[in-house]
Amino acid sequence: MLKKLRVVVSLLFFIPITLYFLDFRGVLPQQFHWLAKIQLVPALLSLNLIILTIIAGITFIFGRIYCSSVCPLGIFQDIVSWVSKQINKKKKFKFSTAKNILRWSVLGVIVITFFLGFSFLTGFFDPYSIYGRMATHLFKPVYMEGNNLLAGIFNAAGFHSLYKVQIYLLSLGTFLITLAMMLIIGYLSWKNGRLYCNTICPVGTTLGFLSKYSLFKIRFDQEQCNSCGLCSMNCKSSCIDAKEKTIDYSRCVNCFNCMEACKRNGFKFSTKSALRRKSTDNQTTTDIDNNKRRFLSTLAVSSFAVAGLPQEGIKINGFHKVKRETPVSPPGSKSAENLMSACTSCHLCVSKCPSQIIRPSLFEYGLGGIMQPMLSFEKGFCNYDCTVCSEICPSGALSALTKEEKHKNQMGQVHFILENCIVYKDETSCGACSEHCPTQAVSMVPYKNELTIPHTDTGICVGCGACEYACPAFPDKAIYVEGLKVHQQAAIKKEKSNHKIEIEDFGF
Amino acid sequence: MDRREFLKMLALSGAAFTIKQSKAMSLMTQHFSGKEINENYDLVAVLGGTPVEMFRKGIAEFGGMEKFVKKGYKVVVKPNIGWDKTPEYAATTNPELVGEIIRQCFKVGAKEVTVFDHTCDDWRKCYASSGIEAAAKAAGAKVVPADLESYYESISLPRAKNLKSAKVHKALLESDVWINVPILKNHGGAKMTISMKNLMGIVWDRGFFHSHDLQQCIADICTMSKPAVLNVVDAYRLMKTNGPRGKTEADVVLAKGMFMSQDIVAVDTAATNFFNQVRDMPLESVGHLVKAQELKVGTMNLNQLNIKRIKM
Repeated sequence: MLKKLRVVVSLLFFIPITLYFLDFRGVLPQQFHWLAKIQLVPALLSLNLIILTIIAGITFIFGRIYCSSVCPLGIFQDIVSWVSKQINKKKKFKFSTAKNILRWSVLGVIVITFFLGFSFLTGFFDPYSIYGRMATHLFKPVYMEGNNLLAGIFNAAGFHSLYKVQIYLLSLGTFLITLAMMLIIGYLSWKNGRLYCNTICPVGTTLGFLSKYSLFKIRFDQEQCNSCGLCSMNCKSSCIDAKEKTIDYSRCVNCFNCMEACKRNGFKFSTKSALRRKSTDNQTTTDIDNNKRRFLSTLAVSSFAVAGLPQEGIKINGFHKVKRETPVSPPGSKSAENLMSACTSCHLCVSKCPSQIIRPSLFEYGLGGIMQPMLSFEKGFCNYDCTVCSEICPSGALSALTKEEKHKNQMGQVHFILENCIVYKDETSCGACSEHCPTQAVSMVPYKNELTIPHTDTGICVGCGACEYACPAFPDKAIYVEGLKVHQQAAIKKEKSNHKIEIEDFGF
Repeated sequence: MDRREFLKMLALSGAAFTIKQSKAMSLMTQHFSGKEINENYDLVAVLGGTPVEMFRKGIAEFGGMEKFVKKGYKVVVKPNIGWDKTPEYAATTNPELVGEIIRQCFKVGAKEVTVFDHTCDDWRKCYASSGIEAAAKAAGAKVVPADLESYYESISLPRAKNLKSAKVHKALLESDVWINVPILKNHGGAKMTISMKNLMGIVWDRGFFHSHDLQQCIADICTMSKPAVLNVVDAYRLMKTNGPRGKTEADVVLAKGMFMSQDIVAVDTAATNFFNQVRDMPLESVGHLVKAQELKVGTMNLNQLNIKRIKM
């Protein structure tokens, strides 16, 4: 019963959040971004105290419900191990001891590096963000390809409700990293269920620690249990020792598979007082002490290990020569520094950008900024009136902008290179940059004869990149946007109100 | 959608695949000839009404829509939907006008009317914000995208100077006739964007135009063997400054004009003269007009033409 409830609740979280990532047409309402906001690491980084209190509260009462039913990567692993069980019915899990040193070391390194200003690992290991990247870079292209196939059939039949979309690789590096992570995590869950959650995942380690104190736990009914071991074979966390009749609560994700498997009704999901014997609980208290000790020692060890990391970043940053010296960080990010302090690279913005211009960076932000979102004007530009990315960001790396605020937000500045410009080189008309410019920061002014040539006014430029995208100069563009490390305010020129012009005549 | 419907659709689409559209076929079905129209007017200019009223008056002077669209025709109506802007900003063709043209096409027996534009901003946003998608659908037209190269097919332009071939939207190539419905705007690069410049929305590679003498390429594309059967210039609102995108409503003039002709050069010449009353715009400065006349696409000499002027 509890297991069925768990499965239903999990799917109620998993399916909508997956569809939200895949939904390139914007069919689902924007409110769906709450499914990302309630994820632990984004809530932590945006200091969303309400969400944090709720997650902590639920964990203290019921245990790792978050891991079981809210975390999309957790549910993804459950699906993988369920499939593996369907293929190999004889598949059994078996009890193993906790890899506590590994768990706490990973968490320690992540926490310390984060406070040293190197937030890359936080996003790299955050389970929600891993899933977000999988959905964006692996599932979404497949979904879009499927859409294109169907659209092809529909359009040929004269139905135009579906349309084809362009699919392209947003970032080879991120694609490969994400593919590797999916294969590794997928393999681990195929073989060992929730192994990632209980050995690597920083959220799993944290909530595992809290759940030791939870009120409700799955507890052995010592009188009913005959140590048959069925529960242990079905435990995807490998945390039930049927012989000893003990459960490692730091690894139990409350999947309730054990209760479902038990033929003798040998488990109770209950509070402590409901049980007569308390030996199991005594055991866990000693565990806690050990864990605390381990945590502190790994903290000390790992802090040495990471001391040299940030400096390395600068070296690599300087090594990569790019035309654009500063990447253009998405609207609402305020500054590259602010972005990097809170972004977990979940790539929800990458996925939801209607113009598909937000892409994961490589080394543009430095080593610590790998996979962080930046704007690319190769295939499009930032729509002047669009505020989607800023509104949906779950971690507070992008703060919500209104349309009016967006119009004033300067994320980069236009740079014009006369020598590359077609009007200068070929002495023919062009104006592609200016025609795309929403603020006329690029305007066409009189040049030779009847020609007009671009003139830039960086003060009113918002850095949308429309000019750069549109510029037909080849091989090098004549106009591009240089990012700003700290976003500025673009001036808005007051337009003279149009006195009524009455036209009485045809003019010919 | 239920299973039955899906299977039907599948069967239908399978059948559709078996029909091949050949070049020869589309040539045979192309019906365009100035001589078919018995009315004498070469150009009709209307002033002072709503877009719908002005169009009704104007088309009546030509002898009605049946002069251009025959029973069973597949028609393309090509407005300017280039920007993610609402109609008040005059960056896109008036949606009511587009709706009226489509309704009149169906009234005279058109089998199918298709609307598209190769937009500059995100096409979904342009189609929605401009109000054209809604108006066209309400009038019964098909609204199709134009944002992928696969929708286009290459045609050759033997009379052209620079643009020897271009990829043109298949919907237009497969139509019997098409109607060009631009809006009157100034243009930072091309000086003016009216009917001729509106043809950049039927081609795939606009970058080529910009990098190979924009004014010449605009004239070149107008030499295509399948010109619009009618050009309807929407000057109800015109954009006088900061075109073609515009910034604010301060760029817009409520001019209440409309110009219609089969001669794309003549209609743009007339519209430029009209625009010249709002802001200085000598005809010689609009390079593509001069170049198109040189290519014998049409005439800039309005005195040669039989023009009907209507004030409402």
